[in-house]
Amino acid sequence: MSVDHHAEHPTGISRWLFTTNHKDIGTLYLVFSFIMAIVGGIMSLVIRSELWQPGLQLVEPNFFNQMTTVHALVMIFGFAMPAFVGLANWMIPMMIGAPDMALPRMNNWSFWILPFAATLLIMSLFMPGGGPSGGWTIYPPLSVQGGIGVDFTLLAIHMLGISSILGSINIIATVLNMRAPGMTLMKMPMFAWTWLITAFLLIAAMPVLAGAVTMLITDRHFGTHFFDAAGGGDPVLFQHVFWFFGHPEVYILVLPAFGVFSQIIPTFSRKPLFGYASMVYATASIAFLSFIVWAHHMYTVGMPMAGELFFMYSTMLIAVPTGVKIFNWVSTMWRGSMTFETPMLWALGGVFTFAVGGFSGLMLAITPADFQYQDTYFVVAHFHYVIFGATIYGLFAAIYYWLPKWTGHLYNETLGKWHFWLTTIGINLTFFPQHFLGLAGMPRRIPDYALQFTEFNQWSTVGAFFTIASQLIFFFIAIRAMKGGAKATDQVWEGADGLEWTLSSPPPYHSFAVAPKVK
Amino acid sequence: MSTANSNYYLPNPSAWPIITSAGLFSLALGFILLMNNIQAGPWFMLTGAAIIVYMMIRWFGQVIGESESGTYNAQVDRSFRWGMAWFIFSEVMFFAAFFGALFYVRQFAVQWLGADDLLWPGYDGTWPTAGPKGLVPVPAGTIPGANQFSPMGAWGIPAINTLILLTSGATVTWAHWGLLKDNRAQLITGLFLTVALGMTFIALQAFEYVHAYTELGLTLKTGVYGATFFMLTGFHGFHVTMGTIMLMVILGRAIAGHFRSDHHFGFEAVAWYWHFVDVVWLGLFIFVYWL
Repeated sequence: MSVDHHAEHPTGISRWLFTTNHKDIGTLYLVFSFIMAIVGGIMSLVIRSELWQPGLQLVEPNFFNQMTTVHALVMIFGFAMPAFVGLANWMIPMMIGAPDMALPRMNNWSFWILPFAATLLIMSLFMPGGGPSGGWTIYPPLSVQGGIGVDFTLLAIHMLGISSILGSINIIATVLNMRAPGMTLMKMPMFAWTWLITAFLLIAAMPVLAGAVTMLITDRHFGTHFFDAAGGGDPVLFQHVFWFFGHPEVYILVLPAFGVFSQIIPTFSRKPLFGYASMVYATASIAFLSFIVWAHHMYTVGMPMAGELFFMYSTMLIAVPTGVKIFNWVSTMWRGSMTFETPMLWALGGVFTFAVGGFSGLMLAITPADFQYQDTYFVVAHFHYVIFGATIYGLFAAIYYWLPKWTGHLYNETLGKWHFWLTTIGINLTFFPQHFLGLAGMPRRIPDYALQFTEFNQWSTVGAFFTIASQLIFFFIAIRAMKGGAKATDQVWEGADGLEWTLSSPPPYHSFAVAPKVK
Repeated sequence: MSTANSNYYLPNPSAWPIITSAGLFSLALGFILLMNNIQAGPWFMLTGAAIIVYMMIRWFGQVIGESESGTYNAQVDRSFRWGMAWFIFSEVMFFAAFFGALFYVRQFAVQWLGADDLLWPGYDGTWPTAGPKGLVPVPAGTIPGANQFSPMGAWGIPAINTLILLTSGATVTWAHWGLLKDNRAQLITGLFLTVALGMTFIALQAFEYVHAYTELGLTLKTGVYGATFFMLTGFHGFHVTMGTIMLMVILGRAIAGHFRSDHHFGFEAVAWYWHFVDVVWLGLFIFVYWL
């Protein structure tokens, strides 16, 4: 193990295939996630095009259902989750004063599982009988009855799960073991905190999904009766196991975005976060509650009254720590000397759109009301406000915030603002009318609809094309900043605070060769 | 390790991760094809499994080499410990899914099926059950006739297996004490006994499965009882097998003179894993076999 032997830096393609560097791997994650975003985005356009008018015009109903199913799987497992693991890879070592992630080779492995898993998932669409078409929740009996495409999906989910678990183990080990001397847990940047808690959620939730998927596979091919009442099983059992994973999954998607908001809002308010400790405790409370609310996705399947009530109250309880967070951000801005650069716009827009999704979530939490909303477009509107509104806004906020640090170049601020405003108009045009459609009774996952829903659907379709077209601006901005532009300073933003801003822009290959002292 | 940082070991770029991922892909693809009776399936699976086994030998071999040459400092050791601890936690949650399924079925689903003559008069869902359309259970220990099955009793092989696993937990701890005292003989004897106990457990479990399939009429297809029984004990048995292989590796390393009393994470990781397998078994014995 001679010293010079260690400083290997392969170039070209092998740099990316074999890398053990947290920044390279972070970049891989981000690039992969945006490729998947394009794939999932195209699927959403297929869905919205079919829904442009009542009747069947573009695609077969079965293919339509494959599109809604795979769009969700691609966006959740292929885009949103990997994108934030990419951010974690890039930023956590730099934020806590570490040279790299704790387990660099495993880090590379957790990334490189993803393209293979995604290949399996996309291959499912080209199998005889097509891909999965029973919804991303893969409920039996539909998922037990489907063809070989369902097997491709189930094995893809298994591999994606392995990747997530390995990535999370790495993040926890990094946060717990790689902090610079003096950086106690309660001095850690909020983004590292939210990721620590998210990683815990992933390690607790993903294996449960693996269990559910395994039971589906054995029910499909090995003659078990987990979800078959003829053998004493119960299809509702699957829903319980699935949502025990599925609800924490929602927080897996939004908590890192909350961490990003908690970094950006103080910077552009030029004030420290109003209540750091309360933000940490609120995040932990949300994580805990996320494990005892799962059956609010299943109010209508038939549950004892005590169950309905328990899950209703525990769900509403989540509004408390979430409120703590929102008031925390608002109080941080109070009397701050605020400026509205692109990252701040995305963060504020994210808080706002997330709040809309949060309120519709409260409506859905009410059991008797949910009996009306279940499986309508109201639900679709709700979770797109949450996931697009918080997760994707958080992602764009983070990218604009740290892009000058990553590339060493400033991006075009005017174009960034255009990107924000056009996207914000676009997604509200897409998803706001869906609230009304749902309340009026339009079901989700159906390619056809009654005549009176036409107008709102057309707004929604226009909005979808508008939103996706607006993302071209983002790709243009990001690629241009990678290629060149005005030099960024080390601190980049006037109010920015934290270890990552003490490094050069772009930062050195091994972030902190010598651990900084944190007071 | 970068030349700039002598504190924390940063490994060089490595080909193993992407090779492993390709192996995993081949294994998964082969499994899909096999389940759908497509001929190429087993070949893909075999290729994938061969890649994974080869990679594990090479990748772990590299890590062992680095560890033995003193490349890892105490902080790297802690990273490994956190990694293993959280990996075991993820395994706990994997088993929790199946235990949860068992509890849900026993407490709710089966009872609801039998409630208020929902299906037909006289059908009352009792545990164990293979469901309304499945075989009829007879009490454990009696020979089932046609259209009947007998559930697995707790006090034969399962009770012996409980003793075996608990003893193996003690022997691996005894081996650890030997390592801490620099007593090689105790370390190797303890590990050898643990491996032997592990293999005995697996053999008895295999015998029990044959017994279930040939004499008790109890198979994976015997309704939800058979499904939960074989899924829980099967995945546990798989983990015991993995654990035994891991024990054999550290036994070999102990014989080759690896590990120091102050530096033996590899040993402890396996010991932790073995204790985890042990604890899961206790849950199985109580909830699957006994109650």
